[in-house]
Amino acid sequence: MHPGWDATLQPSGQAVVVDVGGLSVLFDALRGRGFTVVGPTVRDGAIVVAELASVAELPFGWGVETEAGTYRLRERDDDAAFGHSAGPQSWKSVLHPPRARLWSADRATGSMEAGEAAAPPRYALLGVRPCDVRAVGILDRVLTGGQHADPVYSGRRDGAFIIAVECTEPGATCFCASMGCGPGAESGFDLAMTELADSEGHRFVVRAGTPAGADLLADVPSRAADEATIRRASTAVDEAADHMGRTMPAQGLPQLLADSRESPHWDDVASRCLTCGNCTMVCPTCFCTTTEDVTDLTGDHAERWRVWDSCYALDFSYLHGGSVRTSGQSRYRQWISHKLGTWHDQFGSSGCVGCGRCIAWCPTGIDITQEVAALASLQDSATEDED
Amino acid sequence: MSALAEPAAAVPCLYRVASRREDTGDTVTVELTEPAIGLPAFAPGQFAMLTALGIGEVPISVSGLGDNSGGQARRLQHTLRAVGAVTRALHAAQPGSLIGVRGPFGTGWDVASAAGRDVVIVAGGIGLAPLRPVVLTALADRSRYGRIVLLVGARTPGDLLYTDELERWRRDGVEVAVTVDRADSGWSGEVGLVTALIKPAGLAAGNSVAFVCGPDIMMRFTADALAAQGIPVNRIRVSLERNMRCGAAWCGHCQLGPLLVCRDGPVVGYDRAAALMSVREL
Amino acid sequence: MTKTVAARVSAQPFFATLTGTQRAALAEDGITETFAAGQRVFGEGGIADRFWLIEYGSIALDLRVPGRGDRVIETLGPGTMLGWSWLHPPYRWHFGAVARVATTTIAFDAASVRRRCDADPAFGYALLRLFMPLITERLQATRLRLLDLYAAPSQVGQASTEPADA
Repeated sequence: MHPGWDATLQPSGQAVVVDVGGLSVLFDALRGRGFTVVGPTVRDGAIVVAELASVAELPFGWGVETEAGTYRLRERDDDAAFGHSAGPQSWKSVLHPPRARLWSADRATGSMEAGEAAAPPRYALLGVRPCDVRAVGILDRVLTGGQHADPVYSGRRDGAFIIAVECTEPGATCFCASMGCGPGAESGFDLAMTELADSEGHRFVVRAGTPAGADLLADVPSRAADEATIRRASTAVDEAADHMGRTMPAQGLPQLLADSRESPHWDDVASRCLTCGNCTMVCPTCFCTTTEDVTDLTGDHAERWRVWDSCYALDFSYLHGGSVRTSGQSRYRQWISHKLGTWHDQFGSSGCVGCGRCIAWCPTGIDITQEVAALASLQDSATEDED
Repeated sequence: MSALAEPAAAVPCLYRVASRREDTGDTVTVELTEPAIGLPAFAPGQFAMLTALGIGEVPISVSGLGDNSGGQARRLQHTLRAVGAVTRALHAAQPGSLIGVRGPFGTGWDVASAAGRDVVIVAGGIGLAPLRPVVLTALADRSRYGRIVLLVGARTPGDLLYTDELERWRRDGVEVAVTVDRADSGWSGEVGLVTALIKPAGLAAGNSVAFVCGPDIMMRFTADALAAQGIPVNRIRVSLERNMRCGAAWCGHCQLGPLLVCRDGPVVGYDRAAALMSVREL
Repeated sequence: MTKTVAARVSAQPFFATLTGTQRAALAEDGITETFAAGQRVFGEGGIADRFWLIEYGSIALDLRVPGRGDRVIETLGPGTMLGWSWLHPPYRWHFGAVARVATTTIAFDAASVRRRCDADPAFGYALLRLFMPLITERLQATRLRLLDLYAAPSQVGQASTEPADA
């Protein structure tokens, strides 16, 4: 049985079954508690992350087809709301927004006003896949776990309510299982749901992960989950783990990437990489930002805004009249070496959660798992030559 | 769950320019004071993110610590060169004008760890600015240290920083040697690369701690020359530099391999830095 | 006199890689030569008939540039060699050299040393191996100075900041 399902591990009691009507009540209960609910919805030919006005805006009956450089919506045979793997956006759009004001200053009075123009709402994140739950945990470490906590992220993260949805249908580009963060949800959520949409009906097996989650769940009509249902949910998740589209070696990546700094392989990737930065935009853990200082026409009023940036940008490493990393090779090397290697040195874990977004959204279909395999095989032949 | 959010880490304190001194044609040293809310005291080697309101922000190492009473940075000195929009604005800032300051950020030189040993300082160009606090700190507690050796390289005689202080330091017992890459007709001093000053200094390699600052390549060649004299690489410290947009390890810009220069640097032991500095485009 | 020079040659780290016999042979071609502060050691274009090991003091290598006077290229201190144009034809100095302060040197007779090298290839090879690292080190340092690393981005590629009428 999937470890997340051991009821004795849950602080807040038994799993329950909620039907689609109950999901609607859950949604309203969140609104009633003052949360702005954010979740997946169909827009512009993709399943994006947006504020939801009602539960009906969830993508019922929509699935996706993904492959390297490919993402398409498809109609499902059932009405599942969460039967789709990672879309082009992640929850960082909400917690770590693309644009945020840091401060505003008045030169005449010498006064400074900290923070965003308006206080952010309290967010309820509905439908966070386990890979993305891990990604939020990684952003927590990067942006709040160091000596200085990022105020914009903290302002949104503190008090956010997370409803995880376990994965029963991984996409072709997914590899969360080999990164150790899915397809089941083990921690980091207030509520976790496993969706079942089969001959026995469309229902959700829900369990609480925190007292706040249990509190909300108490307001939602449900029945205790029977053994068979629990087992069916658990099996669905276990089977998902066996059907991942890709795999990544679990160990040794930091050393492999450090040893590969002068690898001839970077020339090979560079011939395929457009340095467009799509991967950094869709990646749920890419956090790099830059700042823009702006002023009004009189020059008396100044503001600083923080905006997303990408290590693929040519001026990302600008220093003394030029950039340190100008070649495409060096910028691709930087991205993958950081994500899978030096992230461990900097933040104590991998930066990758195996969501597969970078593979799907790369216009030339570069596959991070294949690049690692190529580097590993070059390393193996190099050490063989030494023998 | 996490560290308390500190708006102060992201929001500048407004300091006022108390004085402005032109060092060379394009370099000034500004003294900042009278903060509304004082920042914590800076240590030698640390840097501040300085804001020219409405224009932008840049990382600048402290080149002098005026008044650290009560653990607060009441007075700060920064030597800066006008090379871009922000530094040009900071360079032009007149006494009385407001400059935003965030910090202190980064690792310091840790001069105290050289207690009982010779302090060897090698500065290239504007790299003398972040090293000036090392000289001042050692002089302020003179009996704690052995020899204080200062080797300075500059582009031309006109680019030498703190020339009046160099004389004063000589009188105070600092062994000062100066060289320029290119001499003009009025220069009667040494001409050559700063590394040429190392051998004649007759360093006691086994008992020296070296502090090196300047352009990347100069630091590498200098550190290698010091190591060739027998100074252990873990007692040679360099001050690294990378693009910084936050100073607080949030923006990802300042990475050099595994190091975040704003957090794990800028002062890094050469034992750690050497391999990273020699990788192209890292 | 030669004996004193021999001892001083042995004392110099620069000659450490020569064998004792080679050092003694070289010392036979060496004499003491001192220069007062400001005294010219040789002029550009002069015959390169000697080379010097600087024991105490400092020498400035210079070049007369029309309109700019004598420009100092590099200064050399104790323990290093002055002069290598004696090693190859046309045996003429390409730069000048002036003592910056009172300087004591061991001056070697270039023609005599060359004859020794011709007669004893092993000695010649050892001497060349002595000079090569010195030359590459100076070349490397010169190349680094050419890179103009201390220049601000806008200054890169410009000459000195000296005004035109200086």
